[in-house]
Amino acid sequence: MTFNEFVFYFFSTILILAALGVITARNPVHAALLLVLAFFTSAAIWVQLQAEFLAVALVLVYVGAVMVLFLFVVMMLDINMARLREGFWNYLPLGALVALLLVAEMVLVLGGQYAGFAGAPAPPPLPAGYSNTKELGRLVYTEYVYPFEIAAVILLVAIVAAIALTLRRRKQTKHQDPARQTSVRREDRVRIVSMPSEKRD
Amino acid sequence: MDFFQNLFGPTWPAVWTLVKIVAIVLPLLLCVAYLTLAERKVIGYMQVRLGPNRVTFFGIPWLRGWGQPIADGLKLLVKEIIVPTGANTALFVLAPIMAIMPAMAAWAVIPFSPTLVLADIDAGLLYIMAITGMGVYGIIIAGWASNSKYAFLGALRSAAQMVSYELAMGFALVCVLMAAQSLNLGEGVRLQQGNWGFLNWFWIPLFPIFLVYVISGVAETNRLPFDVAEGESEIVAGFHVEYSGMAFAVFFLAEYANMILIATLASIMFLGGWLSPVPDALANSLGAPWLAADGFPWLAAKVSFVLFCFLWFRATFPRYRYDQIMRLGWKVFLPVTIGWIVVLGAWMQTPLWVWWK
Repeated sequence: MTFNEFVFYFFSTILILAALGVITARNPVHAALLLVLAFFTSAAIWVQLQAEFLAVALVLVYVGAVMVLFLFVVMMLDINMARLREGFWNYLPLGALVALLLVAEMVLVLGGQYAGFAGAPAPPPLPAGYSNTKELGRLVYTEYVYPFEIAAVILLVAIVAAIALTLRRRKQTKHQDPARQTSVRREDRVRIVSMPSEKRD
Repeated sequence: MDFFQNLFGPTWPAVWTLVKIVAIVLPLLLCVAYLTLAERKVIGYMQVRLGPNRVTFFGIPWLRGWGQPIADGLKLLVKEIIVPTGANTALFVLAPIMAIMPAMAAWAVIPFSPTLVLADIDAGLLYIMAITGMGVYGIIIAGWASNSKYAFLGALRSAAQMVSYELAMGFALVCVLMAAQSLNLGEGVRLQQGNWGFLNWFWIPLFPIFLVYVISGVAETNRLPFDVAEGESEIVAGFHVEYSGMAFAVFFLAEYANMILIATLASIMFLGGWLSPVPDALANSLGAPWLAADGFPWLAAKVSFVLFCFLWFRATFPRYRYDQIMRLGWKVFLPVTIGWIVVLGAWMQTPLWVWWK
């Protein structure tokens, strides 16, 4: 076993254990943290495939942003496990069907070589100055520029829709305008009145 | 060197990398220790006090105060670590580790001089963003695992603040990588080299971004005036209320290591890194060519200056209100950075842009 293989199996073991932990952990916060570990380990495996941009993007987006918000919500919820288990038997047929399909697909992908599919040949070794980031950037901004732009617009629409759904203006809320707050002068607040002092009788 | 290479055989590259990591982390921890002393001294002088001036080494009078960080560390080291009742012990212990890991790991790609860098990778900027983004986990886990309302509230505030300012920081980094035309930090510095000394650096074309980056950096490290995460007047001390002894010290170390990291990144990306601020011609006419020599001392000087500014902010400004912090991050910095990306993109299409490779 070369060192490279050792690293691969090391990360794969962690990844599989973490993924198992996600679905078996009793505590939802533990499950979310194990999911973070799973993301991080799969990023490490991608680095081994010389896909450093994808690996870093995975850590940046999923570990750095999405899972933080996820953890936020999970931590603040008081999750009642008994209520979650209530509909178990009702959902079982649908869940089992999805699981069976997933297993079948994975068998087809992983066991393809036994059924006679040679699969794609291994990619040629990469040249010395190859930069995954640069190649990806070049492709995204030249060849696939329209699909890229469309994906961006769809995401933007989703953001606008999410904001529009949750935005409601309440009339009684009191807003502060920081620009006005800081530009306040003494004259706006205090009026100096000149009054003749009264004579004491 | 050959002797060691033979001694360790095939494990030599791993051992050598480990030695290099220690060579970066040990001075860093020493810097952190003395940054705390510098902070107390600087703020002390700004408030017309003396600051720490008692603890010394071996009774030498002119080293008074210099033993303070060591004494503080020793004190925290021998204190008991109390795990609160009902706390999640495993996560409670994990949290400080999660806080300090990114603060240390980010240093792997920092170029200290043209040749002195641990990992000269192409995606250096992305790596920094990804790794520093993980720092927030230490805080969230600490707040949740402590089983304390104050700690939890502090953790939520702090995490929301860090996530918000990370966006502004990310867009600021996009501007930097546009100007540097590379994700490699060393390449960015090399592009700032020129005949005009400090006028060649990126702080001129990226001036608004420079300001946004430094202020976001202060907010990102939860420092005053953005330290509502540990607003002692409202929620005692935020996410680390329940921590004592060395576990607390590790959070402290992480905060200061992050400060130094932000200062170093600002120096590398906007202030020319290891480059000398003095133009060649000026140094020669002054008869001191060593002034124009590039090297690590210049980087150290720039980092010290930015760190001094951090301490200065702390001594000067009152704490922000929480809604003002969020407003600044989302409604001011985000539009400014996005706007500057557009301006920069337009500028780079004209002949006025002189920072080409």
